Amino acid sequence: MSEAPLLITRAHLVDPSQNYDGPASILIEDGKISAVEKSASKMNVPADMKVIDASGLHVFPGLVDMRVHIGEPGSEYRETIASASAAAAAGGVTSFVMMPDTDPVIDEVSLVDYVRRAARDNADVRLYPSAAVTKGFAGNELTEFGLLKEAGAVMLSEAKHSIRNTLTLRRALTYARDFDMLISKETSDPYLSANGVMNEGLNATHLGLSGIPKEAEIIALERDLRIAALTRGKYHAAKISTADSAEAIARYKDKGAKVSAGISINNLSLNENDIGRYRTFFRLSPPLRSEEDREAMIAALNDGTIDIIVSSHDPQDVDTKRHPFAEAADGAIGLETLLAAALRLHHNDQVSLSRLVEALSTRPAELLGLNAGSLKPGYLADLCLVDINRPWVCSEETIRSLSKNTPFEGARFSGKVLQTLVGGRSIFTDNA
Amino acid sequence: MFKLPFPPIAHYLMDHSQKNLPADIVPPYPGYTFEHLHLLGIADLSPHDIKYLLDRADAAISVSRQIEKKKVTLRGRTQINLFFEASTRTQSSFELAGKRLGADVMNMSVGSSSVKKGETLIDTAMTLNAMQPDLLVVRHHSAGAAELLAQKVGCSVINAGDGAHEHPTQALLDALTIRRHLGSVERQTVAICGDILHSRVARSNIILLNALGARVRVIAPSTLLPSGIERFGVEVFNRMEDGLPGCDVVMMLRLQRERMEGALIPSVREYFHYFGLDARKLKLANPGALVMHPGPMNRGVEISSEVADGTQSVIQEQVEMGVALRMAVIETLIETSDRLSQKRSKESKT
Repeated sequence: MSEAPLLITRAHLVDPSQNYDGPASILIEDGKISAVEKSASKMNVPADMKVIDASGLHVFPGLVDMRVHIGEPGSEYRETIASASAAAAAGGVTSFVMMPDTDPVIDEVSLVDYVRRAARDNADVRLYPSAAVTKGFAGNELTEFGLLKEAGAVMLSEAKHSIRNTLTLRRALTYARDFDMLISKETSDPYLSANGVMNEGLNATHLGLSGIPKEAEIIALERDLRIAALTRGKYHAAKISTADSAEAIARYKDKGAKVSAGISINNLSLNENDIGRYRTFFRLSPPLRSEEDREAMIAALNDGTIDIIVSSHDPQDVDTKRHPFAEAADGAIGLETLLAAALRLHHNDQVSLSRLVEALSTRPAELLGLNAGSLKPGYLADLCLVDINRPWVCSEETIRSLSKNTPFEGARFSGKVLQTLVGGRSIFTDNA
Repeated sequence: MFKLPFPPIAHYLMDHSQKNLPADIVPPYPGYTFEHLHLLGIADLSPHDIKYLLDRADAAISVSRQIEKKKVTLRGRTQINLFFEASTRTQSSFELAGKRLGADVMNMSVGSSSVKKGETLIDTAMTLNAMQPDLLVVRHHSAGAAELLAQKVGCSVINAGDGAHEHPTQALLDALTIRRHLGSVERQTVAICGDILHSRVARSNIILLNALGARVRVIAPSTLLPSGIERFGVEVFNRMEDGLPGCDVVMMLRLQRERMEGALIPSVREYFHYFGLDARKLKLANPGALVMHPGPMNRGVEISSEVADGTQSVIQEQVEMGVALRMAVIETLIETSDRLSQKRSKESKT
């Protein structure tokens, strides 16, 4: 089915891939961008087209979220591919990478295939599977990187698990190089962070909770970076949270290692004080750090040390969250609030709009080599129309995820996605 | 004329000769009411609240010393002791306190059995809540558990120890003991020694003693000190020899051997050698310094029998104060809850 051509006029386009931030009209034909001009009058427009007047609205390339946990297969009560897709669409996310920590673990070609078929049938946004680095996350045998890539896995990851054996990590990075596969890894020393449930320090001591020292992150990260430099493999530190980590990433980037870094939107928006009195929705991994660390992370995002921002969407239901803090599960949902929370940084004059769009869309697409993150002619017409000043309040009733564990419950945002397009087709319209 | 809601702080913290205090009379503070529905931690209390509870406990001591030990103030009320961690002392102390006030007391030792059956803390709490108790006394191995329960149930909750967070009644009874022996808590130098890292008693005591104007020291091997402890308003020492001189009170903590994950201390022998309180180390403190221990003691680990049973030890008295203090807390919370529900029903009528 081919859609009628679509013209978006009088928009304010922010597209870091074209280094552009200004007025634009965008013509979409056959699900692709066919022309982008300052004004529609310069275009040869087809006669039978539909027109969206985007006066006062911003247009961003659709967000690309490199870290989304879903419960399908295995825990469909937490989140299905369909519900995650709906949440993503409402948040302006048009592509995301699904983490392999389902049940069963995505470590085989047939499972990648299953995810792709389920996504084709149930998801409106583009869902890209990632695959485990080692079979069953056991940290011993490598999965079939080449075949997994051919089946459609775009990235390798051990999800929340670490690779304890450094030799295994070395072999994985070396072997992945042959297939040009990116390995994305969480960085936490499993011994130093054992039993820890929040940032170590005065707050943890006050609450009587065991802490995770910042050193747990940098020790694991330094090890990984050294192995990445040694093997020349493509390494991505999935979620960093401390100034030391940013410094290490910058150092290895200077040396020319193929390393990149991501950060969870939560570590950019919140700090350990938000935990208040044992609010388990703020129990996250990496833990929320101090305000100084949050500010250091914003600086690292601005100077390009941190490449991308992820939602780290991790649906948990009451069974895993309604416990005393130390017994609750890590994680928060974030697909629907990713852009709104990021726009806070823009409204606070901390990060420019184009840098945010770059980190949320252009750069992750580049890292994975996806046809996304850009609205140059020829690219897929995945985009979102955003009123960056529209106020709204995040509330449990309107959340589309099956799980409601958002740390932004009741939060006031400025900036709402009004429409989301995937392949030129509207998949979400804000009716409010 | 402008009137202060409370007497000036200096007056209020002034020494207070308990021996002359008439039984059953609570010293009045003009305009003061205890406003807390729950007792979850010392951190929630103002110095006034602490003082008020201690004064009431003072008055309650006489009840336990009478032949007829029972009051009827809480007749018809139900108190449930919900203990997820085994405890003989605290549980029986709460039980006795409730019974002496005339309440019906039910003990629930949940242990780990229900948890293994898959029942969550909240489920257990909701089940108990449906039985309409007036008071829930909770001990749990996780920090914040009492707080979580308090949000979910419709009655007053007393935290009888939650993980490494707080154990407020223990700190209050310790303060009561100190006050009765030394006249006041203010300006006393108190050393808290041993496993600070895992100790809720230490956290509650540090907050309370600071609130009442004591000088607090902690003495422990560095592996048993939580991070940031120096910002709690305490002086930190790693050797008993450095920390004990000048102390009026030496508070020993139980070495929580069941919580020692990994290499925190190499051996009990070495621990006792450096940190166990024996007669020689006690001599370093001020003459007549009080020796305290929240119990149960590991004799020969953190304290020698000679000291534990010696003349300076007030460990048995702490147990007695525990019952009186808990009576005061239970009575106070029930009064608050009655007052609040009366206020609510009045409001709903108007």
